[in-house]
Amino acid sequence: MLDDFLFRAVLGGVLLAVVCGPFGAFIVWRRMAFFGDMLAHTALLGVTLGLLIGLDIRIGMIVTCLVAALLLAFGQRQSKIGNDTVLGMLAHSTLALGVVALTFVEGVAIDLTAYLFGDILAVNTTDILLLAIGGTFALGVLTWMWRPLLALTVSPEIAAAECIPVERLRLIFMLLMALVIGMAIKIVGVLLITALLIIPAASARFFARTPEQMAIGAAFFGVASVLAGISMSWHIDTPAGPSIVISTAAIFILSAGVAPLVRKLTSRA
Amino acid sequence: MTAPLIEGRDLVLSFGNERVLDQVSLAIRPGEIITLIGPNGAGKSTLVKTLLGLQKADSGEVIRKRGLTIGYVPQKLAIDQVLPMTVKRFLTLTRSASRADCEAVLDQVGAGHVIDSQMSELSGGENQRVMLARTLLLRPDLLVLDEPTQGVDVSGQAELYRLIDDIRRELDCAVLMISHDLHLVMAKTDQVVCFNRHVCCHGQPETVRQHPEYRSLFGSREADAIGIYHHQHDHEHDLSGHVVGGCGHDHAHEHSHDHAHALDTTAKEAAGTN
Repeated sequence: MLDDFLFRAVLGGVLLAVVCGPFGAFIVWRRMAFFGDMLAHTALLGVTLGLLIGLDIRIGMIVTCLVAALLLAFGQRQSKIGNDTVLGMLAHSTLALGVVALTFVEGVAIDLTAYLFGDILAVNTTDILLLAIGGTFALGVLTWMWRPLLALTVSPEIAAAECIPVERLRLIFMLLMALVIGMAIKIVGVLLITALLIIPAASARFFARTPEQMAIGAAFFGVASVLAGISMSWHIDTPAGPSIVISTAAIFILSAGVAPLVRKLTSRA
Repeated sequence: MTAPLIEGRDLVLSFGNERVLDQVSLAIRPGEIITLIGPNGAGKSTLVKTLLGLQKADSGEVIRKRGLTIGYVPQKLAIDQVLPMTVKRFLTLTRSASRADCEAVLDQVGAGHVIDSQMSELSGGENQRVMLARTLLLRPDLLVLDEPTQGVDVSGQAELYRLIDDIRRELDCAVLMISHDLHLVMAKTDQVVCFNRHVCCHGQPETVRQHPEYRSLFGSREADAIGIYHHQHDHEHDLSGHVVGGCGHDHAHEHSHDHAHALDTTAKEAAGTN
């Protein structure tokens, strides 16, 4: 069945959406949407570096994302330049560097749009294997540090007072985020990955009463969006990545409309 | 003397050119109740954050007893609406607990009815009660309260302080409390540390109250007002402001005791200034 490109696309997309759910919830809670965006931008430099030194492009993307996350964590230690400025500088200079360096790669025709908007229909078996292993690892670590990370999201003061290693957890979270984004680019692309992280989580917010419900809800809405997006792409021949993002937005609008009704029904019961 | 639970030695911290902590040393020993007072902007919260390890001092050291459990009640914790959070879930924020245990501690602080509410729906007073309930679950050696009654009306404050006192007695823990006014704090505290970027003076409440540095920080009128305060009510409010019954004869007795005491000292001071 893995021979069928459609099946691979669905499997890859579903795997990614499940991983993105809980991570997206944290991005929303910690207001890190721009951070996700910035990491994705740097990934293009990873593509170029991969091509230049003959490294696997996927590994190149993951490595640049990890390095960018470390640089950012380092940049946040000072207070002369704001975090958003550090993010913007890193994102756009690395993106520019990636594009410029691409001109030095000889003899390889690169389809830039495949990286900007993703190419889920070209997902191969190695991609799926990488997603499965990397995704399980990322989700496993996130589950392991779930309670302390959530405590520190609610209040760094409470977390620190109760002996939670605040700085270390922040760093681990940023690195995991970098890993997830590095893996996701092939599916939805540099420009759209943030959407797959934050929109399903935002939709889940309407129905959740606890953080855990929101994380699971986000994964659920993500999976639904992937399925809807791929079938849209299949039936009316639209680009798959953008179709998935349109589906997340449609689900959000639907959720916003339905949520008050659900609340009314449950409060009456 | 027993070893301190937590101790700051010669802490110095500057933000830019402004020195916020100037050679501050402070130790909290088991069972002790210390109240940190000082005007707004005195760096009280910064000092506490430094002691908790959340803010790194430029120099000096913080020594924390091994295995120390701290229950921290922040000044104001508004949980962002983007994060759904029931009271039950919040109680288990850093440590798991059964629903029955959560119900028990909420009942103890008089907030049993909110267990399934969202944190964002709580009133200021309910919010602080839930914070206290959470520390009851932790069973800490040290309870740190940063202006625990901010945003709660005056009579609600009195009730909260009573609750804190009950909790302290039950847990048998040390307490470090920040306050910018002494009104309701004084009677219950062992030691008052008057703080304005450095330790101005410290000692028992009465001693501090008469200390010239304290009086210059807060003004004499303000200083004298303490203690008389208890009298201004003949009834109590619960935290949402509803009048509830007074608690009978014992309480009244306590009032008259405070009264006599306060009058006594004011008279003495008046005599002193004349």
